Amino acid sequence: MSLIDLANPTRFLALAARLLPWLALVTVVLLAAGLYLSAQAPDDYQQGATVKIMFIHVPNAWLSMFVWGVMSIASLGTLVWRHPLADVAAKAAAPIGASFTFLALLTGSLWGRPMWGTYWEWDARLTSVLILFLMYLGLMALWRAVDDPTRAARAAAVLTLVGAINLPIIKFSVDWWNTLHQPASVMRMGGTALDKSFLIPLLVMAVGFSFLFITLHVAAMRNEILRRRVRSLQMLQARAYSGSAPAGSATGQIAGAA
Amino acid sequence: MTALGALIRRDIRIALRIGGGALIGVLFFLTVVVLMPFAVGPDLALLTRLGPAILWLGALLSSLLTLDRLFTADHDDGSLDLIVMSRTPLELACAAKALAHWLAAGLPLVIATPVLGLLLNLDATATGAVALTLLAGTPALTFIGMIGAALAVTMHRGGLLLAVLVLPLSIPVLIFGVAASQAAIVGPLPFGAPFSILCALSLVSFVIGPFAAATSLRNGLD
Repeated sequence: MSLIDLANPTRFLALAARLLPWLALVTVVLLAAGLYLSAQAPDDYQQGATVKIMFIHVPNAWLSMFVWGVMSIASLGTLVWRHPLADVAAKAAAPIGASFTFLALLTGSLWGRPMWGTYWEWDARLTSVLILFLMYLGLMALWRAVDDPTRAARAAAVLTLVGAINLPIIKFSVDWWNTLHQPASVMRMGGTALDKSFLIPLLVMAVGFSFLFITLHVAAMRNEILRRRVRSLQMLQARAYSGSAPAGSATGQIAGAA
Repeated sequence: MTALGALIRRDIRIALRIGGGALIGVLFFLTVVVLMPFAVGPDLALLTRLGPAILWLGALLSSLLTLDRLFTADHDDGSLDLIVMSRTPLELACAAKALAHWLAAGLPLVIATPVLGLLLNLDATATGAVALTLLAGTPALTFIGMIGAALAVTMHRGGLLLAVLVLPLSIPVLIFGVAASQAAIVGPLPFGAPFSILCALSLVSFVIGPFAAATSLRNGLD
């Protein structure tokens, strides 16, 4: 089954229905194992038990960037190949990515309270993650601004790709700005190599969170396809009721509902 | 080339005539700067210190305000469709429109800076530094903002959506614009490094902006 076959939403729905229980099972097992290993991990000699926030924080921060990458690939699919599922994938990923970014910010700030004595520090990493969060919200606002999904999809695809080019530039600028204003950095995480007792739980959690993303993404794509079908059925029904209304745009806007 | 020249002349003429509204941006710039002392107090020393930041924020906001007009008017009267379908490459046409928009709406901001610098108690060096960084930086604001303007016009939305999309992308320009001005005024960094990066950002936006705007117009207009 190639990517082209998946262009048919009915086939995708069948595949998703088969895959989702297994994906969910793998996610639960991995996250449970990861949480158990994290709880077993020793306390850090400096940070104490707060170091365990890292096992949640780092996977979220990693996924916040990974999801933008997924959306960029999906946007290429929308603009270049006009793959019917690409814009569904891009749309479904945005809220999930925003949630991971928000969780990364939240856990980071909860870690910062005992470590730095403040919930927020205009640190380079925190600031660039905050800007990433703002861009996720802007992208979601763009999706919500128009009710025609194919129209919104192309605009969102352009913005996603521009964002993908700009995010490294923003990151670099914020790093530069930060060193300009705060010569002594507050945080130096990962300065030394992580000990194995921390590394293994962290990796398990990272893989677990990645599977969580895949599960949520497939489920969200399925919901989005069903939502579009409901919408097109409603429009057909409205047209049937109004009788002589001009044959309009109802049929063209479904992502190729079978 | 003549087509692009004609497009630039036409856009500038429309922007500067009655109903064009390019110079409202300068008025908005002035108003924002006048508002600042009411917010932070009439302390001249503080205003001198904040001066470059205030001028840059004012220029950023007022260039954002006029961006709405970049494609909307042409879309309303139908000439945007002609531009999209014409034999001139759409990327070049977009670049020409952005250049015309900058000449009509961005350059007046740079020219107004020395006057506003007086209000903020900036000395000649500081005013010159801010004006120079604005001259190098405002084209980037226009060319990045053009992407948002093109997206907004294909979705028949403008205003707040445009601002929300464009502002995060213009953060690097703001950072290096203010940093270069501060470097020229108080140091300790040399002026050259941040100013060169600011120019580089403008050059990058000359490439990204027209291509992204043209893609968005080509895909979005129907």
